[in-house]
Amino acid sequence: MSIARFWRESPRRYNLGGSQCAVCSTVYFPPRSVCPSCANHRRSIGKMEPFTLSGDGEVVTFSVIHDAAEGFEMQVPYVLAIVKTTEGPMLTGQVVDVAPGDVAIGLKVRATFRKLREEGRAGVIHYGYKFAPMDEWHSGPRRTRDPEPSPVPPESARA
Amino acid sequence: MEAGIVSYGAYVPRYRITPEEIGRVWGVDGVAMGQGLNVHRKSVPAPDEDTITISTEALRIALVRGGINPQEIGALYVGSESHPYAVKPTATVVAQAIGATPNLTAADFEFACKAGTAAIQSCLGLVASGMIKYGVAIGSDTSQGAPGDALEYSASAGGAAFVIGRDRVIAYIRHTLSYTTDTPDFWRREGQRYPSHGGRFTGEPAYFRHVTECARAMFDRAGTEPKDYAHVVFHQPNGKFPQRVGKQLGFTDAQMRYGLVTPYIGNTYSGAALIGLANVLDVAQPGQRVLVVGYGSGAGSDAFDLETTDELARFDHSYGLPVQEFLDNGVELPYAVYAKFRGKINMAEE
Amino acid sequence: MREVAILGVGMTRFGELWDRSFREIGIEAGLQALVDAKLSSADLGALYLGNMASGSLISQEHIAPLILDYAGLSGRHLAAVRVEAGSASGAVALHQGYLAVASGAHDFVVVGGAEKLTDVPEAEADRVVGGTADHEWEAVFGATLPGLWAMIARRHMHDFGTTREQLASVPVHDHAMGSKNPNAHYRNLLTVEGVMKATPVAEPLGMLDCAPYSDGAAAVVLGPLDRARKFTDTPVQISASQLACDVMAVHHRREITTLDSTVVAAKRAFAQAHRLPRDVNVAEIFDAYSISALVAMEDLGFVAKGEAGPEFAEGHLAPGAGKLAVNTSGGMKAQGRPFGAVGVAQAVELVRQLRGEAKERQQAGARVALAHDVGGTGATSVVHIFERVN
Repeated sequence: MSIARFWRESPRRYNLGGSQCAVCSTVYFPPRSVCPSCANHRRSIGKMEPFTLSGDGEVVTFSVIHDAAEGFEMQVPYVLAIVKTTEGPMLTGQVVDVAPGDVAIGLKVRATFRKLREEGRAGVIHYGYKFAPMDEWHSGPRRTRDPEPSPVPPESARA
Repeated sequence: MEAGIVSYGAYVPRYRITPEEIGRVWGVDGVAMGQGLNVHRKSVPAPDEDTITISTEALRIALVRGGINPQEIGALYVGSESHPYAVKPTATVVAQAIGATPNLTAADFEFACKAGTAAIQSCLGLVASGMIKYGVAIGSDTSQGAPGDALEYSASAGGAAFVIGRDRVIAYIRHTLSYTTDTPDFWRREGQRYPSHGGRFTGEPAYFRHVTECARAMFDRAGTEPKDYAHVVFHQPNGKFPQRVGKQLGFTDAQMRYGLVTPYIGNTYSGAALIGLANVLDVAQPGQRVLVVGYGSGAGSDAFDLETTDELARFDHSYGLPVQEFLDNGVELPYAVYAKFRGKINMAEE
Repeated sequence: MREVAILGVGMTRFGELWDRSFREIGIEAGLQALVDAKLSSADLGALYLGNMASGSLISQEHIAPLILDYAGLSGRHLAAVRVEAGSASGAVALHQGYLAVASGAHDFVVVGGAEKLTDVPEAEADRVVGGTADHEWEAVFGATLPGLWAMIARRHMHDFGTTREQLASVPVHDHAMGSKNPNAHYRNLLTVEGVMKATPVAEPLGMLDCAPYSDGAAAVVLGPLDRARKFTDTPVQISASQLACDVMAVHHRREITTLDSTVVAAKRAFAQAHRLPRDVNVAEIFDAYSISALVAMEDLGFVAKGEAGPEFAEGHLAPGAGKLAVNTSGGMKAQGRPFGAVGVAQAVELVRQLRGEAKERQQAGARVALAHDVGGTGATSVVHIFERVN
């Protein structure tokens, strides 16, 4: 893919920049210049405002890809999913940092920032969103620790 | 200096490999090797992770925790010895990925393992002088040792990001200074995939001399002695050097405990001292003094005399993971998968 | 609008045609159809050529005049146009040919479909085919066409209890049909166990859930129905030709498991033909992936949503087994999948069924036939209804 073609989409691919219709408030990703939801499409022209997604969502469906797309050969097997974001829009991306067998419909995920593919060893590297299990990423404050020391290597290991 | 750390975040990839597993491939007693180095597991980046993605993850955590508006970041520096591009900055991708562009200055730093601490010093100067509101310093690496080399048992991946500012500071940087000489203990020439090193020469004339001299210079500058510090963090190429240098300087195990992370995740190079500092800030109490002494081959040490504030008690750590989670958890890989993840397998020509 | 008939059909064998070039197969199918229609090239007005990706696959654009040229028709200076709609290119070409004759713009036209997949490495073909989905928001993130259909399959299993065995019964059915088709790419029989054990491609789909990459070409000759008797004793009327489109990306669909483009194209087609789904005796449906055949059965209205799995698994869709026989050609799975040729090849098979010429795979007494083709993952659907004219 040409450099410019990927580069111009980087605000969307890096930061999940979408759009929101000022008429009906529907959120879109990727951004649209016309609102498909408005009964009168023309009313939305010029009224689509930038809207950035949080990146949080859940898996709607998924596949484990074994026969990779070109440039993804080193990543097989990888999990491809459709994710429904909390703001509404659905999008397609990989789910990483999870064993394929642990992915299920309904899995809560957060957007993460990863390499998508490289244009060979000498070419440009494309980055963008993937998803990772939410796990405890958003868990509560962790100021308190157990009073016991965390595991310190045994004395024999410090020789 | 009325400036310091406003927020921070650390990120370590999910995968791990043990010295035992690495040794199995090379006919080496990996358990003994791990004990000798005091490295019991090291982190391994996924095939789609690099210094850019690790830096971005760490910084995104810091921005959420600190409630930082990325458009108020005036400088962003990423220190690493494994920048994905030889020419083309890591920092610009990271800046774009967090929404800080275009009104900021950005650059990549390289000084072996101390590029991240050097970035903190630069940010501190810009912030303290009033040139910028926030400066971001990141130390991050996906370092590699040559297969079978001693470095392979420790070279790992991870990073930490620090936001430097003057408002809502959780830890003031009271003093910082450096100790720098030309000492060729470890290097990687342009175009070479794996680094070279001077073996035992990396010890006394390099790591120990620079860390020790730098720490003593800081005691003089700050008018402190080891017992004044609740926590101390050293650069940690393995788990043994920092313990030894700490003892030489007169620190106790208790002071060194939270700053030492390499035994559990390996040497994250530019990330190592900074992840150790992040771990300290995860547990430190307001009003505590923290000493950080980084080290980068080539060679130099940067020391920081920090003092935590009441702001730390109000700091919201809840987004992202505390460093302890990265130390305790992870998915162990067999060597073959590690080799695949690290691109050590020759694929068909593209 | 006037009524349109199919006057002649032709097609090459489908498969890995290593020794034959794109232009050779395109010409063979077209000339067969002209001979079958007993039509002189002097009567022709236009050629509509369905083709997905000649530029990427054989580095040749501008192929419609090329085929005319090597068919010896350059001196006639006909109108020739390539039609592209991803894997539905052939069916959309047929739709364009239908409109040309129905409108009176032309009296007689050839509709061809041709694709040469084996002149590029498979990985390159994968990339080209992946481009029929949304490149920027699906393929860039590692989505393959089988992967996108696999996600539809996963959701279908989740929502409707469709089983892996039911999915596997689709290629089993197709190969049973293909074994009786001398033009088919694959003529071997499959078992459900064999399909389920095949190399995984995109879970839950394996290699045998996916149609192959084939070379091949097909052609039909269209003309006004009221002049059809002059050329053939068994004219077949195109009683409906409908094309409907939808969003490009699967993730933007109203429902993951429903192709609204198929639902709408089918509704319009049944209304145009004054027919109901139950009137159809034989159908060629989009079975490029096992899941796509199940979804097609449902979206065309042959069975309720979620009920297509048992239809295949219980063997109701073979000729003679029930009122509706499906993919008697072997479908894309067994007859083969030369992308842009498929929609035209569907018409060839159904004309043979309606003429009673389908031999071992004949659905007895077939009078009403339906062809269904899909571009990409459902952004384009085409439904044709063909009827035997007495």
